[in-house]
Amino acid sequence: MVVSSADIWSWLETVPDPEIPVLSVVDLGVVRDVSVHDGKARVTITPTYTGCPAMRVIEGAITEALEDQGIATEVQTQLAPPWTTDWMTPKGKAQLESYGIAPPRAAGGPERCPRCRSESLAKVSQFGSTPCKAQWRCEDCLEPFDYFKCI
Amino acid sequence: MSSLFEFLLRQGDNALVLGHRVSEWCGHGPVLEEDIALANTALDLIGQTQLWLELAGEVEGAGRTADDLAYLRDAWDFRNVLMVELPNGENGRDYARTMMRQFLFDAFQVPWLDALSGSSDARVAGIATKSAKETRYHLERSRETVIALGDGTEESHDRMQSALDLLWPYAREVLQVDGVDEDMARDGIAPLPSEMSEAWEAEVHATLGAACLQAPEDPFVHKGGRTGARHTEHLGHMLATMQVLQRSYRGQVW
Repeated sequence: MVVSSADIWSWLETVPDPEIPVLSVVDLGVVRDVSVHDGKARVTITPTYTGCPAMRVIEGAITEALEDQGIATEVQTQLAPPWTTDWMTPKGKAQLESYGIAPPRAAGGPERCPRCRSESLAKVSQFGSTPCKAQWRCEDCLEPFDYFKCI
Repeated sequence: MSSLFEFLLRQGDNALVLGHRVSEWCGHGPVLEEDIALANTALDLIGQTQLWLELAGEVEGAGRTADDLAYLRDAWDFRNVLMVELPNGENGRDYARTMMRQFLFDAFQVPWLDALSGSSDARVAGIATKSAKETRYHLERSRETVIALGDGTEESHDRMQSALDLLWPYAREVLQVDGVDEDMARDGIAPLPSEMSEAWEAEVHATLGAACLQAPEDPFVHKGGRTGARHTEHLGHMLATMQVLQRSYRGQVW
């Protein structure tokens, strides 16, 4: 079987982010490049936050998923240009919201409560349960929620 | 020892030592949100450390990894400024001192990393550009906290003022210049730290003004950390805790 980079991309679509499993690593926007040489895959990923412990897990999950398809895989990390939340796909942003995490927005804050859709919101803290999230609260349904902050 | 290696140790050690100090709060924050924010800040700093020290090891060419440099060097080999190694307070839990130190450091680090983003060395520029984005969130929070506590209750104001009085003589070590900095400036790798003075003074004085706090006038600056000439006695104690695992079970990995 000849494997193309399109095959690799489609397999990567099934590799979930370890912290936010509704999101694939492709929809998260951390896969920067995919190539195939002599039947061996090379995947270039970029870190979201420098200290994010999920990056190591993502690296392992990518290698495992591709090796399950019978492809020897090498994962490399590239820093520049740095990852930004703009690289998240529209599908990824929609999946985040239905999962209960408000997607990143250029305005710097969530558009609406992912639960009740109210736009009356208050920031609790710029820092949250993972490096990529901030804590917000809905002033109508009063539920706290995570916001995937812009970087 | 090459100047570039020295320069990279200074970047990595500032992030490592401050990151470790901030991480000492993990599980002890005054409220849950603050605990989480402190842990996040520490995590970013440790992540940045990994990048700087990994590059330092590569530049040195002696086969040392980021972990080797972090866990197997002694106090006299560290190149961090003295302010970041000071304890978090007399009992290790002074929130005023912790947040004032963070602010005084962030006020330098944001313009500094922005300037390093234009480095002639693409590896330095890459790490700086990545780190600058995280550091902007740190400054936003430390600035807000300094203002909220300085312009808060009488007690919070007094505690912030005491923290400022204690830290002020250490705060400007980051702006000092020596031969290593001159070599970096000549090669276009980094500007002189002293070129950040204007941006640092502007940020610090605007914030302290809004926080109703008064910077001491004494121009004395404690030095020796970034050159490695002398550290405070606190660094050795901190390393004893931080390095114990690798010192006792050398080469252990996750």
